[in-house]
Amino acid sequence: MIELDTTDRLILRELVRDATQSASAIGRILGLSQPAAWRRINRLRETGVIKGQRLELDHEKLGFGVTVFLGVKLATKGRVSLEDFERAVSAIPEVQTVEHILGLYDYRLRVVARDISDFERVLRRRIMTLPGVGDVEANVLLSEERRPGPIG
Amino acid sequence: MFDDTDRRILRQYQHAPTLGPAELAERSGVAPATCTRRLERMQEEGILRANRAVIDWRALGYEVEVSLRITLDKTQPRAFDEFMAAARNVPEVLEIQTFLGRVDLRLSIIARDMGHYQQLYRSAILTLPHIADIEALMHVARIKSDEVLPL
Repeated sequence: MIELDTTDRLILRELVRDATQSASAIGRILGLSQPAAWRRINRLRETGVIKGQRLELDHEKLGFGVTVFLGVKLATKGRVSLEDFERAVSAIPEVQTVEHILGLYDYRLRVVARDISDFERVLRRRIMTLPGVGDVEANVLLSEERRPGPIG
Repeated sequence: MFDDTDRRILRQYQHAPTLGPAELAERSGVAPATCTRRLERMQEEGILRANRAVIDWRALGYEVEVSLRITLDKTQPRAFDEFMAAARNVPEVLEIQTFLGRVDLRLSIIARDMGHYQQLYRSAILTLPHIADIEALMHVARIKSDEVLPL
């Protein structure tokens, strides 16, 4: 486990806000020299604390008006392997995330669509035809907030 | 206006958000100056909101991730607002989502281990206002998480 000090946490918050900032820009914000900032940023990346970057896009402006979370239960466990289901579901372009969970459902999928009728098409043609799929519960996303997490 | 050039750039950029401007331009098959100009315009128009670092909470010692599906007591007119304001004060809450469907809200929370989760659940979650029902789903694995839009 990686231990962070206060400066590391502040750097992390800055990079979560905007990962394209250079080491010297971050150094200026936090009162660090460019090499000191670079060393710390590099350590955060090398140790895997920062596992990657992600673009945040305005879905509506790009024509994707609907996001639906699907809880999927597999009907024929054992007959269809989890790997087959996971491979098939991950290949669907409209499926943004696939999470394996324990509880009411086996998988949670995040699905984007242009509108409700486009979502219906994805659900019928792509999701319901997946190998082993059973009960499906849909919840339409109304709002979403990502919090900074325990680094403040 | 969002055209095919913008689409090409975003498609590449979504799959490789760590690319610098020169490389992104090359992969998208556009001139570097065009690429820079298009990215700036998409930022101004609010299409491209941010390029964020993604934290691996496991590397920081948070081994447990739980999804809490919550139904609120809707007889309270301010149930949503008050619940969300209180949930924002719990540092271990990573996501707050509201839904139209069987569930009203979902919180994604992280904890160091099951003991820590138990303690958080009792002291910080069950004390949130207006909860009518709550269901916990334990996170096992993330199979796909790039969150790429099919442009």
